[in-house]
Amino acid sequence: MNSRVGDPGMSEIRALIVDDSSVMRKIIERSLRQAGLNLAVVHEAGSGTEALDVLKAKEVDLILSDINMPSMDGLEFLRQLRAQNLAPGVPVVMITTESSEEHVKQAIQAGARGYIRKPFTAEQVKERVLPLVNAA
Amino acid sequence: MLLNGVRFAAIARAQGGKINEMEQTMTVSLRESMQLVSDPQNLDGSVDEVFQMMLGVTCRRVSGPPATEPESVTAVVGFGGLLSGACVFKCGSTAARKIAAHMTGMEFEEIDDVVKDGIGEICNMLAGAWKGKVPNLAANCGLSVPAVITGCDYKLHVQAPEFQLHHTYQFEDASFEITIVCDGLQ
Repeated sequence: MNSRVGDPGMSEIRALIVDDSSVMRKIIERSLRQAGLNLAVVHEAGSGTEALDVLKAKEVDLILSDINMPSMDGLEFLRQLRAQNLAPGVPVVMITTESSEEHVKQAIQAGARGYIRKPFTAEQVKERVLPLVNAA
Repeated sequence: MLLNGVRFAAIARAQGGKINEMEQTMTVSLRESMQLVSDPQNLDGSVDEVFQMMLGVTCRRVSGPPATEPESVTAVVGFGGLLSGACVFKCGSTAARKIAAHMTGMEFEEIDDVVKDGIGEICNMLAGAWKGKVPNLAANCGLSVPAVITGCDYKLHVQAPEFQLHHTYQFEDASFEITIVCDGLQ
């Protein structure tokens, strides 16, 4: 990243959005832009497996991931990130319909830094994502 | 249309989340929450939440079935764990294309893959929001990934449901139906 969000130069963020719904990936991208993130590039993946492949080839500054996905779900994706030492230090925010404390706890234990429940507003994305990006 | 596929997927997810252990300790409490679980207002609240936050539109519940259209889209998300069953979202082409348009900012001439994907995601969020209204369900009931069906020539069969909610809602000039069916409650 070049600078922090809110600075005159505005950070350029390379994001990875992981969700099996292409519509939801677009909504998340739109919400990130509405939140004020200057997205230089947005990579997309439809499952944890695809996301790992992306991260083997590309560097990113921020990852947003669903939990319920076919092939490899979001929690296993988080575990594999750690096991394979991919994207170390990159904040991962879960965006999911699963909202119980148990799910949040599992995600945080697996390495997530934030949690947003679907449905969500752009304001919620801003509140949960910007502090993580600015702190990175 | 049988619900076994989506239900088994949801059960598998619930088990992956260690829900089996919780089932044993929470059996009584969910049965005791039957009135809360089957409260029709939970579905109304979930529809408000999802449509206002994701589409920016307000829905109102109406009586009677929606207008019949030659083309329709149905999305099914299965519940597994302490409650088994499904959330079924059904709408005609007009509502499906409007919903997808609000979600994406694009216009749609037909029910294409993006429209089907959008309807599946709406059903997923409705199922998640609905189960989130009951604390025991939020933690102990898994969701399957959505299955999307196009066409009208099918019937939904459920053997001896514990309860069923069936509501029709309208927004702008379009309407849709949601069915929450529970065929197992522990």
